Amino acid sequence: MQNIISVANLSKVYASGFEALKDVSLDIRRGEIFALLGPNGAGKTTLISIICGLVNPSRGRVLADGHDVVAEYKAARSRIGLVPQELTTDAFETVWATVTFSRGLFGKPANPAHIEKILRELSLWDKKDSKLRTLSGGMKRRVMIAKALSHEPDILFLDEPTAGVDVELRRDMWEVVRQLRQSGVTIILTTHYIEEAEEMADRIGVIHRGQIILVEEKAELMRKLGKKQLTLQLQEPIDALPAGLESYGLKLDGAGDELVYSYDADAEQKGIADLLKALGAAGIHYKDLQTSQRSLEEIFVSLVSERT
Amino acid sequence: MNIHAIRAIYLFEMARTGRTLLQSIVAPVLSTSLYFIVFGAAIGSRMQEIDGVSYGSFIVPGLIMLTLLTQSISNASFAIYFPKFTGTIYEVLSAPVSPVEIVTGYVGAAATKSIILALIILATAGLFVEIEIQHPVWMLLFLVLTAVTFSLFGFIIGIWADGFEKLQLVPLLIVTPLTFLGGSFYSINMLPPVWQTVALFNPVVYLVSGFRWSFFGTADVNIGISLSMTLVFLFICLAIVTWIFRTGYRLKN
Ligand SMILES: Nc1ncnc2c1ncn2[C@@H]1O[C@H](COP(=O)(O)OP(=O)(O)OP(=O)(O)O)[C@@H](O)[C@H]1O
Ligand SMILES: [Mg+2]
Repeated sequence: MQNIISVANLSKVYASGFEALKDVSLDIRRGEIFALLGPNGAGKTTLISIICGLVNPSRGRVLADGHDVVAEYKAARSRIGLVPQELTTDAFETVWATVTFSRGLFGKPANPAHIEKILRELSLWDKKDSKLRTLSGGMKRRVMIAKALSHEPDILFLDEPTAGVDVELRRDMWEVVRQLRQSGVTIILTTHYIEEAEEMADRIGVIHRGQIILVEEKAELMRKLGKKQLTLQLQEPIDALPAGLESYGLKLDGAGDELVYSYDADAEQKGIADLLKALGAAGIHYKDLQTSQRSLEEIFVSLVSERT
Repeated sequence: MNIHAIRAIYLFEMARTGRTLLQSIVAPVLSTSLYFIVFGAAIGSRMQEIDGVSYGSFIVPGLIMLTLLTQSISNASFAIYFPKFTGTIYEVLSAPVSPVEIVTGYVGAAATKSIILALIILATAGLFVEIEIQHPVWMLLFLVLTAVTFSLFGFIIGIWADGFEKLQLVPLLIVTPLTFLGGSFYSINMLPPVWQTVALFNPVVYLVSGFRWSFFGTADVNIGISLSMTLVFLFICLAIVTWIFRTGYRLKN
């Protein structure tokens, strides 16, 4: 089976009448890192909560490793680890006790060696006997990751894992996530940081107002993102593109005093030189020129604003 | 059956109790001792025997029941309310545990704690008055049944409550009056006839009566009826808990 999670026609209407998810279908491939992007209130946490059993779906169904998350919740949930968005910890427990508790809760026999390994990987080993209330926010976040990993899940949900985590720690966490993927764990993370998705994900999904509006390989997105634009500010405005330049796909912008040329960043840059020569031959002079590259962020913003 | 999960929840709850050992034991022992000094020694010495039992001894089963009821409710309601309040409940709800397993863990721990307390109070009472237990097996049965039933009741309150006031409201406004009016300190037969009839609608009467029977062999209500009423209340609580998990009431959106 290639898809480890399969969401089909999932809808969620909260008791308030608010429709947080609208007919969402999404497949997550085994072993990938999937980044779910979306603005505040898009429905990311709702989607994760339904898969993990914290929220009842209104319609549709979800299979986790082939098991229906409602009808066969035991089989489904034992494969899933969840790091929720909110930091919630038992203030008076020690790190060791709380992580050991999680493992038992998920039905696994005690295995101190495994817990030690996790705590060491997350740089929490020297804190193992500390009470949770004495830890910093970033440490608590890591404790929650340790809890989610305690029962050796095949699927890990990270709901904004790096919110409130400093830059250095964020890099460490990315490293931990990569190692997990190496060991065969499928990871679904939500984030507001585009760079995080760019850095980590194999595939990226964008959710907006309860609908998935895009799912794409990151490489593919990056290729689109690789499109560059050359903008020329003309000395004199022109009414129409001169003949002979159609093949470049130019666009006239502004008050007729801007020419925009889109090209592939990867491709040979010969196109620009040819274009500038052709413009000179056509008697069009420019006073300035600049190149720009669309970022994932811009793609994201334009996707979202197209829908509003 | 996810035995590891039941064990994890049970041990987690018992560890929590262990951390607050002093307050959870000292307070009930102190208040029980005060009851004995006031009712047993000071007032009791001027009271007649009831059904051939000295007043000091007579109130022992009622006092134990009083503690058992209030402790079972407060232990269990707090145990489930607190993780709901802090949000840590997410983990239990996302774990591969069935409602039966969750309830066994939480209610089992709450009942264990209140049974231990009841036994401590029984021992404390032994310091003040003479205690004989005619039917020790029945006494333990009533102890366990009552602890489990009212821990379940507490569990329901803990799920229903959406604030600390509600959490304390039910024990304060309902359970304490019912226990005091339930014959903890007197025999129902001592009430005027009308109130005797009213008292029969109080479930605590059956518990105290049955429990007292296991001590002294005499009771206000037939032991069979006492046992049946306790079981009825147990099943009502079980039905409500089942409904809660089936619908996700106050647990899931
Ligand atoms: N219990 C609830 N009752 C009613 N509406 C809710 C409830 N929980 C969430 N919502 C609404 O559902 C929508 C989606 O919320 P959700 O938490 O899934 O968003 P999100 O994508 O995770 O946002 P964020 O990036 O801020 O975490 C929001 O509009 C939110 O107000
Ligand atoms: Mg969220």
